[in-house]
Amino acid sequence: MGRSPKPQTFLARASYRQRRLRDAAKVLPIVGGLLFMAPLLWPREAVAEGGNGTSHAILYLFGVWTALIVVAFVLARIIRPTEDDDIQQPPEQSPGSGPQAGGR
Amino acid sequence: MVSFNLLIAVALVYVAFLFIIAFAAERRAERGREGWLRSPMIYTLSLSIYCTAWTFYGAVGYAARSGLEYLTIYLGPSLVMIGWWWILRKLVRIGRSQRITSIADLISSRFGKSTPIGVLVTLVAVAAATPYLALQLQSVTLSFAVFAEGSGQVWGEQELASAALWVAIGLAVFTVIFGTRNLDANERHHGIVMAIAVEAVVKLCALVAVGVFVVWGLAGGVGRTLDLIDASPISDWTQPGGRWVGLTFLAAAAFLCLPRMFQVLVVENADERHMATASWAFPLYLMLMSLFVVPIAVVGLNLLPAGSNPDLFVLTVPLAEGRNGLAIFSFLGGFSSATSMVIVSTIALATMVSNHIVVPIWLSSRGTGAMVSGDVRGVVIMARRLSIMGVLFLGYLYYRLSGGGEALAAIGLISFTGAVQVLPAMLVGVFWRGATRWGAASGLVLGFAVWMWSLFLPSFGADAIIPHSVMANGPFGIEWLRPQAFFGIDGIDPVIHAVMWSLLLNTGALFLGSILTFPLPMERLQGAQFVNVFEHSPNARSWTQSSAHAEDLLITAQRILGAEEAQTLFQAEARSQGKAGFLPDVTPGFVEGLERELAGSVGAATAHAMLGQILQGASVSVEDLIKVADETAQIMEYSSQLEAKSAEQERTARALREANEKLTALSIQKDAFLGQISHELRTPMTSIRSFSEILREGGMPPTQQAKYAGIIHDEAVRLTRLLDDLLDLSVLESGQVTLNQQDGVLRDVIDRAVDAADNREGALKIDRRRSEEGVELSTDLDRLTQVFINLIANARKYCDAQQPTLRIKVGRHEGRRVVDLIDNGSGIPEDKQGVIFEKFSRLTDDRKAGGAGLGLAICREIMNRLEGDITYLPGQGGAAFRVTLPSVE
Repeated sequence: MGRSPKPQTFLARASYRQRRLRDAAKVLPIVGGLLFMAPLLWPREAVAEGGNGTSHAILYLFGVWTALIVVAFVLARIIRPTEDDDIQQPPEQSPGSGPQAGGR
Repeated sequence: MVSFNLLIAVALVYVAFLFIIAFAAERRAERGREGWLRSPMIYTLSLSIYCTAWTFYGAVGYAARSGLEYLTIYLGPSLVMIGWWWILRKLVRIGRSQRITSIADLISSRFGKSTPIGVLVTLVAVAAATPYLALQLQSVTLSFAVFAEGSGQVWGEQELASAALWVAIGLAVFTVIFGTRNLDANERHHGIVMAIAVEAVVKLCALVAVGVFVVWGLAGGVGRTLDLIDASPISDWTQPGGRWVGLTFLAAAAFLCLPRMFQVLVVENADERHMATASWAFPLYLMLMSLFVVPIAVVGLNLLPAGSNPDLFVLTVPLAEGRNGLAIFSFLGGFSSATSMVIVSTIALATMVSNHIVVPIWLSSRGTGAMVSGDVRGVVIMARRLSIMGVLFLGYLYYRLSGGGEALAAIGLISFTGAVQVLPAMLVGVFWRGATRWGAASGLVLGFAVWMWSLFLPSFGADAIIPHSVMANGPFGIEWLRPQAFFGIDGIDPVIHAVMWSLLLNTGALFLGSILTFPLPMERLQGAQFVNVFEHSPNARSWTQSSAHAEDLLITAQRILGAEEAQTLFQAEARSQGKAGFLPDVTPGFVEGLERELAGSVGAATAHAMLGQILQGASVSVEDLIKVADETAQIMEYSSQLEAKSAEQERTARALREANEKLTALSIQKDAFLGQISHELRTPMTSIRSFSEILREGGMPPTQQAKYAGIIHDEAVRLTRLLDDLLDLSVLESGQVTLNQQDGVLRDVIDRAVDAADNREGALKIDRRRSEEGVELSTDLDRLTQVFINLIANARKYCDAQQPTLRIKVGRHEGRRVVDLIDNGSGIPEDKQGVIFEKFSRLTDDRKAGGAGLGLAICREIMNRLEGDITYLPGQGGAAFRVTLPSVE
């Protein structure tokens, strides 16, 4: 079985930016999940007195939802998914050199 | 009020419209103009089958009963889509590189193409989906009933049941027509995807239209709506945290595991980049679908008399306000939701049932002969059609048995919980190489059992299947097995209880089973392919052929099968490809056959692995082999391709190509020979002439004279030998040779050849097994000896090893005696193997070797005359010739 080349350790500026954007895309659902869980921490007594918790929750939840969609839209626009292979060689390395020749 | 007949007419027109759309899309795809059929928007819209009638009708009912909890069903999938970099991207990549056809296929492939695992996943999926299908039938039927009631008829159970039956039949017809048209390896259905995209738009527009009417038409604006919400029974934010978190998780998991979602997410995905669009567009779709749910619920609760079914508010609110057009539109939305879900769900389930249950059974009942015949295709399509009908019938049966009375949301959650039992096997399999099939099987079985016991069976109602005493005290009085209070922990919400325990025990069993058992080689291979999919599979793959590997394959095959069988196999394949010699082209079909041969000796998995190692450099990767070898769909695809291509044509073309190559090489060689033969003739002639001139002048001592005469003599002898060879060859070729038939023993022939081969100083070590050489011969022994002399002399001249050794081996091949002469040099390069037996061919320009390139040509002519044969034997580590002896009558 061919050895697959190790992911590059040091990247050019553009590839580095792409990696970090991908990290952002990975963190986004976690942040979203936490924000969606946040209303569970709201004080129940105050709600019981005020009696308008549901409408607040609707505004909050749909607000968070919209924000997530907007951020996801922006990320989908700037991340280039065609360059998503972790084994992709940066252009400065000549094709077919090194371990890649055996790996594919 | 809308008349019931009008409604039926509208529904039929709508269905006809869908038929036309689907047909048009299929036609477009057939003509290859797929363009926008494969756009990211169509992909996103096709995901909307997540929103079923449960969403369309049930969400409002859910909101009316439990407030905002319905949102969890949409938040979970939204998070999964937004987080596509985590799981979905990997699943889609695996799906494409392994040509996955269903979720059962994914899991069975991961665990070494295990058939039992495929069966297990299929059973879980069918069991989980049945209530859900029933739910769709129920919701369509109920919506019909609403309009029937409007026109004065009150439907009883009888009418409801017959309506459900008609809906089921109609759906079966549509699905059979569009879902089984093609047997694509990729399982893409353009017509259905298109119809679903249209339905997605219809249901979104319908729900938004009702919502807009409710908010701005009835409530009087956004602010007033919020006031209404605050004044309603669901104004308090009292959401239990456990259910909120648990159901969000459940929905997220179900989004990945439901067979129909897997079908549209992974199997029908045409391009990975579509996911980037869907990652924001699908959450947006979900948000719009759920935006107006609470307003509709609150207004419905205010407007309609207490006790009316909140599940139908989407229909009954516009009807109560006299908005008939809106009501019909809303009905079409609900109808769309139900039908699109049922269609995709049945296709996904039918693919699983036919691929993992019906076809394996059929194939094993037919034995191996079925693998090559073309009729498998018909069987698979028929199996799929029957499965579609069977699955729909199961749904109808559940609807009838359950009585159709439950709240929609409850059935949906039960179904989700069943479907997510597949999640641990799927995720752990994709991210952890250590998971084994035993682990996966035990996890699936345990999770399925817990789901059955704690949620599915109790869902039929108290005392229906599980008696009340068991619910309260556990089976046989075993307290800790009470269906809704495992291990004596009371008071958990039943759904959360089932989700938590089933997944915990499922994952636990998977982990424990995996670390205690040992995987098959095939599992380890597939595990590595799945977990490291981004390192292993480039996006586009194709067969690249490289004949340089044929020799490596032969070496491996010889090791496993024995030299004799391997050579026969390779030779037969080469012959059927129209090639001479032992090295066929490495075609998929050949690899498949070879692998099956090897599997007979070392087992299928090892054979996969071994061939994979050899072929990997040629980008024929292991998964290609696996597919070629045992994927019925792939076999069928391949055989139909073969038929289309006409094998005969291909063979002829290959033979022509080979002949052409040979001719080109020969003409080059011939030119070289002409130069060389004139040189060969001229050199001795020149020296003979000049020395005879010197002799003629005279006046030199006798010793000098004798020396010059000797040179002239030697040169004359060399000339004679060359002319003899040419003469010999032309006599042999013209067939005028007279054979001198003698009886003798092979050992003597080889003895004479070794003595005569001019082996001075023992430069070439000859390794013989004289005991094997007692073969009786009846042929022209002198000619045969000449062949051996030539071969031994060649080895002496050309073997470039440090210590040249020639091994002479006597054996049997295809019932005839053969003598293999194998040296330990570097052998003959593959591109030269085709021409070495031709006249005038010499591998090197090394004239010192002294031959004119006629030796092997003469050998071949002699062997042909003697009705034997001589061939080059590749893959022996050096130059190797096989002399097939004339058969003894």
